Amino acid sequence: MRFLSILFFFLVGFLGYAQVAITGIISDENGLPLRDAHVHIANKTTSTDVNGSYVLSGIPKGKQKLYISFIGYHAIAETIEISTDLTINRQLKLDVTKLDDITIQQLSNSKSESSNEQVLKSATIEKFSNQTLGEALKEVSGVSILKTGSTIVKPVINGLHSSRVPIINNNVRLEDQQWGTEHAPNFDINAAGKITVIKGASALQYGGDAIGGIVFIEPEVIKKDTLVGKTILNLASNGMGGSLSSSLQKGNRYGWSWNALGTFKYLGDRETPDYVLSNSGNREQNFSGGIRFAKEKYNFNAMYSFYNAQIGIIKASHIGNVNDLYNSINNQQPSVIEPFSYSIDAPKQEVQHHLAKINFQRWLSENTSIDLQYAFQFNNRLEFDVRRSSANNDKAALDLQLATHTFLADYKTVIGNWRLKSGLNLGYQNNFANPETGVRPLIPSYEKLDAGLYGIAVYKFDNATSLESGIRYDFSTIEATKYYLKSRWTERGYDANFSHFILGEEGNQWLTKPTFNYHNITANIGFRKQFHHEMEWLVNASLASRNPNPSELFSDGLHHSTGQVELGDLRLEKEQAYKLNATFKKDWKSFQVQLNPFINRISNFIYLQPIGFETTIRGAFPVWEFKQTEALLTGFDINTKWKITNHFSHELGMAYVNGQNLSSDDYLIDMPPFVINNKIQYKNESWFNFVSELKSELVFRQNQFPNYNFETNIVVNNELTPVLVDISSPPKGYHLLHFYSEMTFKINKKNSLTTSFSVQNIMDTTYRDYLNRQRFFVDEMGRNIQIQLKFNY
Amino acid sequence: MKNLKLIALLVIPALFSTSCSNDDAPVNEEEVITTVRVTLVGGGQTIILESKDLDGDGPNDPVLTPIGGGALVAGTTYTGSTEFLNELEDPAEDITVEVQEEGAEHQVFYQLTPSLGTVTYNATNVDINGKPIGLSFTLVAGTSGSTGNLTVTLRHELDKSAAGVASGVITNAGGSTDAEVTFSLAVN
Repeated sequence: MRFLSILFFFLVGFLGYAQVAITGIISDENGLPLRDAHVHIANKTTSTDVNGSYVLSGIPKGKQKLYISFIGYHAIAETIEISTDLTINRQLKLDVTKLDDITIQQLSNSKSESSNEQVLKSATIEKFSNQTLGEALKEVSGVSILKTGSTIVKPVINGLHSSRVPIINNNVRLEDQQWGTEHAPNFDINAAGKITVIKGASALQYGGDAIGGIVFIEPEVIKKDTLVGKTILNLASNGMGGSLSSSLQKGNRYGWSWNALGTFKYLGDRETPDYVLSNSGNREQNFSGGIRFAKEKYNFNAMYSFYNAQIGIIKASHIGNVNDLYNSINNQQPSVIEPFSYSIDAPKQEVQHHLAKINFQRWLSENTSIDLQYAFQFNNRLEFDVRRSSANNDKAALDLQLATHTFLADYKTVIGNWRLKSGLNLGYQNNFANPETGVRPLIPSYEKLDAGLYGIAVYKFDNATSLESGIRYDFSTIEATKYYLKSRWTERGYDANFSHFILGEEGNQWLTKPTFNYHNITANIGFRKQFHHEMEWLVNASLASRNPNPSELFSDGLHHSTGQVELGDLRLEKEQAYKLNATFKKDWKSFQVQLNPFINRISNFIYLQPIGFETTIRGAFPVWEFKQTEALLTGFDINTKWKITNHFSHELGMAYVNGQNLSSDDYLIDMPPFVINNKIQYKNESWFNFVSELKSELVFRQNQFPNYNFETNIVVNNELTPVLVDISSPPKGYHLLHFYSEMTFKINKKNSLTTSFSVQNIMDTTYRDYLNRQRFFVDEMGRNIQIQLKFNY
Repeated sequence: MKNLKLIALLVIPALFSTSCSNDDAPVNEEEVITTVRVTLVGGGQTIILESKDLDGDGPNDPVLTPIGGGALVAGTTYTGSTEFLNELEDPAEDITVEVQEEGAEHQVFYQLTPSLGTVTYNATNVDINGKPIGLSFTLVAGTSGSTGNLTVTLRHELDKSAAGVASGVITNAGGSTDAEVTFSLAVN
């Protein structure tokens, strides 16, 4: 690591020349020096040292802009006249509304020095109070969404999702059966104060398996002695319901602080422009709360959150056999349309997620801290199906109980120009697949143990140039207890390699205990260079490694909610990804561009491929098998921001991914299509902070797809007739328009009311999306008019 | 794994009791239909068409008997009945009873290649609303020399009032398929 940084040291030249020098000290309201505050004069930038002091030389004479900022404080922006060397001291005021890390802001706030972090702030997050984490993340270009119906939404980063995109909630890795494409993150969007997306595996502290990227969710932390509250009420026309979320937070810099949040959501059937999506309602009842005690040298946090959701699965998507699938694809009409209703019947999901954690952080010196954390998560996923016997309809067809314990220890220090981070994690996970369901579980009971060690070093050559490098080792072992149908065991050809897993037999089944161990080394290296303030360049190369998840290894049988047989494979090996990621940012005061190209070469890429059908007594079912291939994902994301006038601005976002299946010289299945988003905003602060936005979302047809269509026989006019089941062709491209506007009324100094009015899909466009698993059965949601009231007190 | 568990318990304070006891019991599969049996009686003949799939959703295809399909006699009127069984249970569970009891939510459909003949529901096998369940039927064999298929489908939670459904046309029935088998037939 060190030699690499020294290598870069030689490659990078120094910039140094003198005209006029500015010096000064930056402190807080109490006169205490602020370290690492950002100071920007003309085109020079620096940060303050331990004493809060800075030196900027080579400043051209004349009128220059001065900008000083520090996370958690109000920034200072002014214009100064410079003719000789000057001393400029400033005091920054604490900003109670600003969010920051859970930890004290002295070490770097970033998860990864050399990766491009895209952040969603609370103002954006609040717009999605009524919706899901996935939908909020879609605001970041390069993030698309994978949906099951209209309420189960998962983020897709640069074409990858689920197990490849870990979600770190409040410094805890979310373990909520995230392998499933129809398992939405078990998280209340209202609990997020800030969401950061990193499109790569560079945040090694949190794991080495983020082949797609990583999502960080941090709560709002207020470090001032104050009590603030927020209540958000949402009403939506589509679904005829809404949500109510209320939070209270007692902030404090030192001493005790606490927060509590509750959210209720209640929505009925959604509607397309032409029909009701029967059984698409959803409910959520969430709670979270935390306490924190802080002293100058240490702080202690404890928190608990509970997520409780009931989600209806559109009835028309519950198909019997391949005939139903064929008819649905060809008719383009749902098989079940009932009048609007709030009730949620089978098929449905009931999901509960508990998260409890305690965290202790101690400052050993000004520059060094250790962090200890224990977290417990318990996830209970119940999936209800339409049963043959209606007496069983209120008995879950799938009941998975996943308990996860994790322990983290992290050490951070700064020595000269070096910033070092190192730590370890231990995890124990137990999944219990309840056999009382009377249905063979897709995922077996298993136990899993993880241990990891990492080290990250950042070398700052100067304020504008830094090099980051990290390495991580992970050990993981998993032992499952699973009954295989003997016929399946034979059909899979497991006898040759895995006969030692068999412990006994039970009728027509083998009792097996498949056990696998994995050792993974992951690493990354990255470089950041800031050319003045206007241009920045970041490059990151990472090696990530992901073990096959339980679904990929052990799935076997009919997935009732999708009407397909899914087959895992015990022979699957771990995936390894080599990702090269670059970001170029250029800033011409009123126009900013950010370009983010990437190459992700994934060895042993695991994907689900339709391979034909199997005949059962219920007819034929399509069979999807987990396969492994050599994959290459390339693409780019582009963002621009243009401040046209004081009132008008424009934003553009584009994202393109090309997924190649190198082994079969074909495209990869389920890659997001090319997207262009345009947004025009009008803002007028003198009209009660009026903001109005019109957004255009243009999604092209995905023309790069593999052909996995298969033939089957169905009965047409009482005769068996061979037909082609077209499960491959993506739907047409579409264009949607969305509108958003808001106004904020100050009631008094502390209280304000923000009202917003928004319309999604203004034109009531009928469309289907390639990344919606229910695109074979139903259209997407039509127009939705929403009203939001937000009280801050 | 025991050791691993111990290590885990040592390093991690087990503050919460969890369902650590992995129950090794196999799932007692409910609601399985392994066998569809169609019995045709007519012309002094009893023809039994059977489809049996003992591995349920497993990879093995259902086994159809008689091998090569059934043979009807031209012009003969057969009294037909259909049974659904779960033969994984011992003794075999007769699901026909359940279909009959929850008749309002079930219906059996017969799709027969037209040259093989016609199928009509037996008017006595009806649900509480007087709509056909379809467990018993009449099959009139067609002309000699024709070959084709009989597809038997058991639908659940269907729309029994939809057009044609009462007379045995499946097209508008909707609902989900609990069983669907296709037998080869010939008329001699």
